Amino acid sequence: MESKVNVIGMGVISAIGNSVDQSITSFESHTSGISPLTLFDTVHRYLPVGEVRYSNAQLSDMLGMEKKFNRSTLLGIYAARQAWRELNISKKWRTGIVSGTTVGGMDITEDLFRKYKTQDPTIDYHDIRDHECGSVTERIADDLGIRNTVATINTACSSSVNSIIYASRLIKHGLLDVAIAGGVDALTKFTLNGFNSLMILDKQPCRPFDETRNGLNLGEGAGFLILVSEKVLKEESLNPLCQIAGYANTNDAFHQTASSPDGRGSYLSMEQALKISRLATSEIDYINLHGTGTRNNDSSEGIAVQRLFKDTIPPSSSTKSFTGHTLGASGGMEAVFSVLSIMQGCVFPNLRFTSRMTELKFDPVVEFKRGLNINHVMSNSFGFGGSCSSIIFSKT
Amino acid sequence: MKAYIKGIGSISPQPGFGNEPFHAPVTYSEGVLRCIEPDYSTWIDQRAIRRMSKIIRIGVAAATLALKEAGIEKPDAIITGTGFGCVEDTGTFLDKLIENNEEALNPTPFIQSTHNTIGSQIALLLQCVGYNQTYSQRGLSFECALQDALMMLVENPENNILFGGVDEISDVSADFLKKLDLFSDCADSLGLFSQKQHGMIHGEGSAFFVINSSPSNAWAQIAGMASIYKPQSASEIVQQLNDLLNKASVSVEDVNLVFLGKCGDDRYDYLIHEVSNSLSHRTRKAVFKNLCGEYSNASSFALWLAAMMLKKGFVPDGILTEEKNIAKPIKVILIYNQYLNQHHSLLLLKACG
Repeated sequence: MESKVNVIGMGVISAIGNSVDQSITSFESHTSGISPLTLFDTVHRYLPVGEVRYSNAQLSDMLGMEKKFNRSTLLGIYAARQAWRELNISKKWRTGIVSGTTVGGMDITEDLFRKYKTQDPTIDYHDIRDHECGSVTERIADDLGIRNTVATINTACSSSVNSIIYASRLIKHGLLDVAIAGGVDALTKFTLNGFNSLMILDKQPCRPFDETRNGLNLGEGAGFLILVSEKVLKEESLNPLCQIAGYANTNDAFHQTASSPDGRGSYLSMEQALKISRLATSEIDYINLHGTGTRNNDSSEGIAVQRLFKDTIPPSSSTKSFTGHTLGASGGMEAVFSVLSIMQGCVFPNLRFTSRMTELKFDPVVEFKRGLNINHVMSNSFGFGGSCSSIIFSKT
Repeated sequence: MKAYIKGIGSISPQPGFGNEPFHAPVTYSEGVLRCIEPDYSTWIDQRAIRRMSKIIRIGVAAATLALKEAGIEKPDAIITGTGFGCVEDTGTFLDKLIENNEEALNPTPFIQSTHNTIGSQIALLLQCVGYNQTYSQRGLSFECALQDALMMLVENPENNILFGGVDEISDVSADFLKKLDLFSDCADSLGLFSQKQHGMIHGEGSAFFVINSSPSNAWAQIAGMASIYKPQSASEIVQQLNDLLNKASVSVEDVNLVFLGKCGDDRYDYLIHEVSNSLSHRTRKAVFKNLCGEYSNASSFALWLAAMMLKKGFVPDGILTEEKNIAKPIKVILIYNQYLNQHHSLLLLKACG
């Protein structure tokens, strides 16, 4: 099996910017993307969210597309084109896309469902055609002209890390030469009301890994990496941004939505990812935490980190304090941030931290730091259904 | 390819629950084929069953059966494919969201609406902390799950891997899809392909499999697979088929039977007709969507039926497209599926022992 998977490009759009450069500027200036919801009409408009600051019409214009696509498709194509644009390689390579999403075309389905329920005569049933998660990926694939592999993963909030893992494995098995991998999710009433019904949305901007944390803020966006095999790297004389060193996907098998108190699944995913990477805990220079800001997640994840890393816990932070929790997109976006951490030797601040969690012996990073030697970054993504995934990026 | 099917389980619109051969398939008269659900209570806790929506019930049940057949208590990986996911719970939550104007919503249908609920419920019941993955790639969801399972077996040859495909019909989803001019009424689903005027009939089902690297007591060997997204011509599929047969050292004449994933609508079936003409005249042609209907994971039903036929040597009525008898015992089966003519897949199976 092919041993190395290289990252050679990336693209991102979120509440903190529609490019890699804008994202890093936001991190550096501690500019959060969390603000009151404006995207759609809802009784929950007081809730803070991490919105992408463009309407569907604006996104469609920016992309030169017809105004008929769902928001996940628009955000996905935006970030995917950004990652793809400078890729100037031979057409001979077998190229695939693996993308994670949890809502698919739910924004349009919500409207359709309302019309269906109220017997609105303006209903157009064709609006259901892009409802499926897989449809979003196919729209992106068609936009980029990708046909060799088209795969969509929905493991809730760990979806897009699992996409990067699956794409890496397809390359290692020699089934693909080039892959675009990551994920996308738009804000929808469905998820807003879902998380609200679970009473895990903070009415204030979220405070991950803080003793006073009181829930998450939803966000939206997309993040993709371009992955290539060693063969492509050499033949095309490409410069890798970093490599995928290892990864693991485990299950907490504790509860459909709650994480186990000691982080059984998250401990295993971090431990196995280190093992596959052949790295010791002491070699990890930064952890991009899942860090949603809920009482349960941060406690479970923090305890698992502490159990595994013991007394030498690397600088850690949750970038969800900037972007909100972007669900199926979070792993892809945070993969982009992890690669940035290696490329620019920086770690990102965890906003709004004031007091250490009683069960933990460590604080998250609170200042943006540059000029560090970052060789290995771990990124965690956990989700409903006990889904736990960790991935490690390494300097080449 | 050292991938052997050690356990199978299916809940479908057909009998054969418990992997018993059935000779007379059930026919349906309304164009919607729903699962025949067994009495689960003897082998799944009744309280747990009551909390499950249909897709979770049929998913958990088929997975449990496959594990039982394989004699495996806890698999090393659980990999699920579902095109539409948990549509019943999704619909329930949307319905209440609108009805209650976003206030005082019960979170349970939201919690259970996530596509990976099926795989995670299996993990929870088995206390399985291993790899857990869910693909939702429309008509290739099951194929993604199978591809992942095959890679995992190469990575960890000692593993027992549970994978499957599952989709459900809800009243609302059936209504929506019917309004799209996708599915049509059909007075006799079993006779779908013998009728002059026909179109797709809507189906659902769940089929799970346990594979590992050991051929002993296997139902069948998975000898190869390929997925083709939006093929531009029949020759592209034929090329993939030839590559697949070459890699598996199987000649086109060796294929005793091909399961064609025709759906009954010529708008989508024309490539299948072209490709099937390139097969050997010695290969018997069979259909299966008159038994299970069309849905994102219909190929998982075909794999279940093919594994049963290879192991138990039976051929149910209503699947062969020609009257001729099969001269030789069935040793090699090819499944060639298509979904809305956008997703095509090939799956090659060999008999064991």
